[in-house]
Amino acid sequence: MLETFLFFLFAVLAVAGALGMLISRNPVASALWMVMTLFAVACLYLTLNAQFIGVVQILVYAGAIMVLFLFVIMLLNLGETPRLGRFDWKKGVAFVLGVAVLAQLLVVVALRLDVMPEPIPAADAAEATSAEQIGLALLTEHAFSLEIIGVLLLAATIGAVLLAKKRFV
Amino acid sequence: MELTLNWYLSLSAVLFTIGVLGVLLRRNAIVILLAVELMLNAVNLTLVALSQSFGDVDGQILVFFVMSVAAAEAAVGLAIVIAIYRNKLTVNVDEINLFRG
Repeated sequence: MLETFLFFLFAVLAVAGALGMLISRNPVASALWMVMTLFAVACLYLTLNAQFIGVVQILVYAGAIMVLFLFVIMLLNLGETPRLGRFDWKKGVAFVLGVAVLAQLLVVVALRLDVMPEPIPAADAAEATSAEQIGLALLTEHAFSLEIIGVLLLAATIGAVLLAKKRFV
Repeated sequence: MELTLNWYLSLSAVLFTIGVLGVLLRRNAIVILLAVELMLNAVNLTLVALSQSFGDVDGQILVFFVMSVAAAEAAVGLAIVIAIYRNKLTVNVDEINLFRG
């Protein structure tokens, strides 16, 4: 009962934050609604017993990526909030396409094609996917991918510094 | 009603769709990047829900990597937006038609 209530609470918060991000005219407001969505999704990870991912979500997404977004929005100093755009046929087509994507995804979820294995009890799953197991898997089975991620982050850092310099030399 | 895997997958589908609508409907380049981050979050939610449903740790490993790649992509994307703003003085994607003329 408590699990269902918590899931619906955080699900409503996540969707409300996403809609707020979509509708806000001011980009700072969009970024702040996104922070609310990220916190709600982190709490959803905690209801799923994924403690490591939940904390990493708050540290990395809400704590680093969104701060970077807010830095850039404030740095560019975009001036007054833009006017509400006119609703032309292109936005209508985009909305229809979005609804089509949602319908496709929900049909796939609802069909429950019997290709997935049986779910296992939550306690066993929580023990098999604890932070200890994640650390073990990262350093043994996925060690190569971990090193590649390090190289990727280095490349992104160098690229971002070069792209944002005044003289691109 | 019982809280099964399908609820998490449906919520992830709704968040993904809102991200798609954000990419298609918004004209501010920074908000488009925010919508892309929302789509990545929706996929992360799917992966964690499936990982916890079947006790497979590989799902959460993949979430870890997706978050790292998302951070790298956000940094580089915002650097590109800054570089474009320095030349065009706008972040409205309708006005960034650098390839024309």
